[in-house]
Amino acid sequence: MRIGVVTFPGSLDDRDALRAIRMAGAEPVALWHGEHDLHGVDALVLPGGFSYGDYLRCGAIASLSPIMTEVIDAAGKGLPVLGICNGFQMLAEAHLLAGGLIRNDHGTFIRRDQKLRVENTSTAWTSGFEQGQEIVIPLKNGEGGFIASADELARLEGEGLVAFRYLDVNPNGSLNDIAGVRNERGNVVGLMPHPEHAVEPGFGPDTADAMRSGVDGLTFFTSVIEQVLVAA
Amino acid sequence: MTAVSTPPSRGVADTVSNASATPEREQPYAALGLKEDEYLRIREILGRRPTSGELAMYSVMWSEHCSYKSSKIYLRQFGQKVTPAMKKNLMVGMGENAGVVDVGEGWAVTFKVESHNHPSYIEPFQGAATGVGGIVRDIISMGARPVAVMDQLRFGAIDSADTARVVHGVVGGISFYGNCLGLPNIGGETYFDPIYQGNPLVNALSVGVLRHEDLHLANASGLGNKVVLFGARTGGDGIGGASILASDTFSAGGPTKRPAVQVGDPFAEKVLIECCLELFRDKLVEGIQDLGAAGISCATSELASNGDGGMFIELEKVLLRDPTLTAEEILMSESQERMMAVVKPELLDAFLAVTAKWDVETSVLGEVTDTGRLIINWHGEEIVNVEPRTVAVDGPVYERPVAYPTWIDALQEDSASTLARPTTGDELREQFLALLGSANLADKSWITNQYDYFVGGNTALAFPDDSGMIRVDEESGLGFAIATDANGRYCQLDPKQGARLALAEAYRNVAVTGAVPMAVTDCLNFGSPENPEVMWQFSQAVEGLSDGCLELEIPVTGGNVSFYNQTGATPIFPTPVVGVLGVIDDVARRIPSGWQDEGNNIYLLGVTREELDGSAWAGTVHGHLGGRPPAVDLEREKQLAALLRAGSLEGLIASAHDLADGGLAQALAESVMRFGVGARVWITEIMERDGVDAATALFSESTGRVIVSVPREDDVKFRGLCEGRGYPVLRIGVTDASGVGGESGTGAANRSVLEVQDEFTVGLEELRATHRSTLPEHFGHVVG
Repeated sequence: MRIGVVTFPGSLDDRDALRAIRMAGAEPVALWHGEHDLHGVDALVLPGGFSYGDYLRCGAIASLSPIMTEVIDAAGKGLPVLGICNGFQMLAEAHLLAGGLIRNDHGTFIRRDQKLRVENTSTAWTSGFEQGQEIVIPLKNGEGGFIASADELARLEGEGLVAFRYLDVNPNGSLNDIAGVRNERGNVVGLMPHPEHAVEPGFGPDTADAMRSGVDGLTFFTSVIEQVLVAA
Repeated sequence: MTAVSTPPSRGVADTVSNASATPEREQPYAALGLKEDEYLRIREILGRRPTSGELAMYSVMWSEHCSYKSSKIYLRQFGQKVTPAMKKNLMVGMGENAGVVDVGEGWAVTFKVESHNHPSYIEPFQGAATGVGGIVRDIISMGARPVAVMDQLRFGAIDSADTARVVHGVVGGISFYGNCLGLPNIGGETYFDPIYQGNPLVNALSVGVLRHEDLHLANASGLGNKVVLFGARTGGDGIGGASILASDTFSAGGPTKRPAVQVGDPFAEKVLIECCLELFRDKLVEGIQDLGAAGISCATSELASNGDGGMFIELEKVLLRDPTLTAEEILMSESQERMMAVVKPELLDAFLAVTAKWDVETSVLGEVTDTGRLIINWHGEEIVNVEPRTVAVDGPVYERPVAYPTWIDALQEDSASTLARPTTGDELREQFLALLGSANLADKSWITNQYDYFVGGNTALAFPDDSGMIRVDEESGLGFAIATDANGRYCQLDPKQGARLALAEAYRNVAVTGAVPMAVTDCLNFGSPENPEVMWQFSQAVEGLSDGCLELEIPVTGGNVSFYNQTGATPIFPTPVVGVLGVIDDVARRIPSGWQDEGNNIYLLGVTREELDGSAWAGTVHGHLGGRPPAVDLEREKQLAALLRAGSLEGLIASAHDLADGGLAQALAESVMRFGVGARVWITEIMERDGVDAATALFSESTGRVIVSVPREDDVKFRGLCEGRGYPVLRIGVTDASGVGGESGTGAANRSVLEVQDEFTVGLEELRATHRSTLPEHFGHVVG
């Protein structure tokens, strides 16, 4: 079971994603944006960061990186792909997911322990959650406001393509409190908050039990491992 | 994309032969900041007048900022007041880009704090951003991966309109640059005081980790080795002074207008970090130096000075953003995100392959020679020919006049002991809340919520805890803790004592996490060195700090001096920021600062004296600054640190929080707010044992004090530990929760309270509302 993480120039959370995969029990594989090779991985993470300095639009330049040809092709064939934060922005720019991400409505970067509701568990990355489960994982972005046209938004809601919704606080002005979405097939998921930062006790968000003990993010990675094993 | 030669710039540079031929030409040394005797000394060193390029190099390298000419004679104390024990773990001491400390298991940590005060006032966003960028490049230069940043900020009065401009810019700049680099921001300080109105302080600290064998130094050795410049292109930023030379050389036009403040590109720096780490990993670099202040002038002269020969540079090979730059401007440019490396010729291709992989532009400028001279050519003509040490090392050294400020006698006479004290519970409550919501004690999450502390996945502690803590080794859990402190009010009353207090507090803040304090960095922010009273303050602070480090047996490994911090003729309060780094064998053992469980006993370690002079209470309630700052007993601080470590190793301590600004009352409130667990506290025994009134018990800022919470089952052991070590301990309360939410608000409605028995009670909601509302009131809404 091998899960790849693509490093782009300006990727920041690639090492965290590799660690999360290892902690979930799979073999992490570091991939380079400049190659046309996915090295036969069983699933793929596009990590957070500021690829190409967020110049032009967040994720816009990275979505045209050499490896994205293979990513788009493999996603079309059903390879599980998770885009986190900047990775979500790339997936939107590459039209693998609907909608777009814009500057936070309050204008500044925000980092907080964010409560979410899991809206859809029939995806490769959320199958281990309960429908409607409330989780807390870190959020940190400057351009996390989810937007879509009225028609698109109606379609996302109507077809159950909203994967995660912000609870208690909408931290960036996202329409319908949308924190993450999935594609029709359920193999591609993108979200702004960071599951890879909530996988190890002592280094995650605070919980009622203890400081920094939140590990709700681990389920993203155990879900995909189980999905791939079942498919195989 | 390497070694693309640039088109010739306009004009002809002033050559060495021209300088020899025209000894009488007048040169604008004064406008470049050089004194007449300094200029004459340059002529004496060279045996002729300097070329305009040489004048540019000397003027910038002999500036206060680069040469430490006013502080050098004092800073020597940090190197002299050391014992063999203090040197034991020191791998690199003062004088390099940053100090390096052996933390065990083959790991080393490098860290340093530096100022970026003046650029941050002129252009707060870019000034603060490039402050982060600069200190991070110092860390990379040692061969380390940067793993954390912190900032020490001083702004003007919170309610001044200009303060909002500076705060928004500075915080935005730090957030933008630091977050984009993927470096967790794990702590820092923010103070507001009118004394910083026209001169805010923006200090930036960075920490890096490396394996012992990866240590790199800034020297150019090995005849024939290539000198390579890589990173961002060189542009016209930060070269205010060079425009004077341009106008001197080309009398036809007026001075070129260039931005005095550098502009940062964190993406370029992030790529540069990864590129450098790959170069280090593949062992492709012999020596490396970052380009900061004084740019190429500094990098070439320092690398050559530290090496064993000379250096030859062809300046026209520098890749330019602006092809109209003159040779002098290129020498002085402070364009960001650039590094200079010394590379063996046989490894050059491999070096260029790595920089090409990261799309980092690179040009080979020249090579290491055996001439003992730094020679710089411009399109085939020699424009610089100097002995590098005369530029980089043997600059002027001043013994500035020192004068005791007589006003300090009256200031110290004016003790806070005569100020009206609160006597009733209602008065105490009112003043407690006034302090809690005051600018300097209020919650700083408006700032820190804009910083990412999760990135990297190794942050074990961050604000609002007393120290930041980072795991170094994922297998063993080995990590470091770091805290910085400086109380300008105390330093104004007594700079020597103030510096010792800053050291003691940073040391204690590291100790409360369970880590062992190991090493010190400092950023000494003062007024003008040409003011004899400021020099007195400076000399006192350095003496206090160096003596203090000797007593605590932790070495100063490096730092920075920032002079000329003043508004008009009024200098800032002396603000010696002291950073203490500690080591912890396993970050899983770290002690949190707040209460997490109910039913734990709360203990106060240390004694409370009537020490309200210079306190937050005197400042906030009475607008008063006078008297003498609290006493500090560093031997006691050592005992306290050892006690906390022993308690941590035995797993007896559930939480520990340092008492400092605002005293016990503030520490209690912060411990409640951290995780929403309340407490019932009594202060009568403090008052009886220490002979103080309620106001002193709650608001005094006596040193050597910490509150700890201990699970009931560990009570006997903990008391035994304190008594065995002879450290004063008093049980002052018990934690008492009902409905716990924590910062994430996952719990039910919280009904926790802080009750100070017989005096007052404040509910958690009121505590948080008071604490959290101050910064948003002045700077705008915060999310959540």
